[in-house]
Amino acid sequence: MACERDDVLLFEPLDMAVAGGAIVQLEGPNGVGKTSLLRCIAGLSSRYRGEMLWRGQTLQAARAAFAEETLYLGHHPGVKAALSARENLLWWSALRGIGASDQVDAALAQVGLAGYESSPCYQLSAGQQRRVALARLFLAPVPLWILDEPFTAIDKHGVAQLEMWISDHARRGGAVLLTTHQPLTLTERVVKVALSAACDDQVAEDTDGDY
Amino acid sequence: MATTELGAFGVMAALIRRDVQIALRRRAEMANPLLFFLMVCTLFPLGIGPEPARLAALAPGVIWVVALLACLLASDGLFRSDYDDGSLEQMLLSPASTYLLALAKSIAHWLTTGLPLVLMSPLLAVLMQLPAAAIPTLCLSLLLGTAVLSLVGAVGAGLTVGLRRGGLLISLIVLPLYIPVLIFGASAVQAAADDFSSSGQLAILGALLALALPLTPLAVAAGLRISVDN
Repeated sequence: MACERDDVLLFEPLDMAVAGGAIVQLEGPNGVGKTSLLRCIAGLSSRYRGEMLWRGQTLQAARAAFAEETLYLGHHPGVKAALSARENLLWWSALRGIGASDQVDAALAQVGLAGYESSPCYQLSAGQQRRVALARLFLAPVPLWILDEPFTAIDKHGVAQLEMWISDHARRGGAVLLTTHQPLTLTERVVKVALSAACDDQVAEDTDGDY
Repeated sequence: MATTELGAFGVMAALIRRDVQIALRRRAEMANPLLFFLMVCTLFPLGIGPEPARLAALAPGVIWVVALLACLLASDGLFRSDYDDGSLEQMLLSPASTYLLALAKSIAHWLTTGLPLVLMSPLLAVLMQLPAAAIPTLCLSLLLGTAVLSLVGAVGAGLTVGLRRGGLLISLIVLPLYIPVLIFGASAVQAAADDFSSSGQLAILGALLALALPLTPLAVAAGLRISVDN
C-alpha cells in the first residue's frame, strides 16, 4: 500500500499485517506520513493506492464491522470545550450505540479524572482533555486501537499508565497501532515499522495476517 | 453497570441533545443570527420612513429576506467546531449511520437558529406594520421555510467545512437553493396580508420540506466525507 498527499508519494510501498495481540509502532521522521497512514487505515482518508483487508474482507466491504471494532484517536481529541467530561463521553458512547453513565464515571476515574466529571472541558488543561479522550479506551471494548501520538501532553505518570493499558489490551488479544516519537517501555513485544521515503521495502510480518 | 443499547433514534436524540446543550452554553454565538434579524428589521423603518402603508407593503419581503440571510449566516458554523476539534472524525468513524447523524445535526441546528427566528417573527411583524391577520401565516411559512433553509444550509456547510474560508463559497452553493423558499414564503405572507388564501404557497413550502428532509442528509453525509478526506 502506498499513500500520497498533494501528489507527493509519502512513503515507500508498505505491506504489513497486524494480528491480535500485536502492538505496532509506526516510526519515521515528521512528514513521512504516519498520520496519513493512520487516517487511511481508520477510513478517514481515501488517498491511497493498494488494498486494505480487515478479517479477510476489503475495508470497503467490511466498513460497518470495522467501525464497530476500531477506536481511532487522532491529533484532535474530539472533546467539546463547552461540555463537561462526562457529557463528552456520554455523547461519544451514544455514538457507538450505548448509554452507559456508570461506565463513563468509571472510565474517568481510570484516567485519573475523578472529581472532574462535571467541570466544563475548557477549564481542563491540555493533558486533562487528552485524558478525557483516552477514557474512551475503557468505554468500548474494541479489538483494534488506532492511536495517533497518544502521549501528547500527557505527564510522566500518565505515560506509564497508558503504556500499561496498551500492554494489557494486547495481552487480552487486542491490537494496537500507534505512532509516537517516545521510546516505549512495554512489557509486550512491540513491532516497529519504520516509514521512510527513501527506503525500499518495509515489512513487518507478524504471524498470520488476520486483521 | 447501566448499559443500554440505543437504537438509531437514540443516537440521533443524543446528538441533538448535545448540540442544543452546546448552543445554550454559548449563548452569544446562538444570539448572533437573532440579533442580526432584529437589527436589520429595526433599521428598515428608520431607513424608509415610518408610514404604516409603505412599511406594510414591504414587510413580507423584508422579514423573509432578513430571516433567510440570518439562516445563511448561521449555517457556516454548523460543522465548523466539530471539524476543528475532531468530533466530526469521531462521528464519521462511529458505527452510527452518517445519514442519520447529518439529519440530527440539521435538526439541532434548526432548533437553535430557525425556531428562535420563528418565535421572534411576530414581534418584527408588528414593528414592520404587517397586518395582524397575516402574522399566523408568517409564522407558519417561516416554520416550514427555516427548516428547509437549515437542511439545505447543512449541505453547503458540509461541503465547505474543510476549507479555511468557506463563507463566500457556502453562499454561492446555497443561495440558488434558497430562492424557491424565499419566493413562496414571502408570497404566502403577501397573500395573507392582502386577505387571500395562502394555502397554495404553504403547501409548496411543505412539499419542499418533504423533499429536503430525506434528500439533503445524503448530500451532507457525502460532503462531510469529502471534507475530512485529506
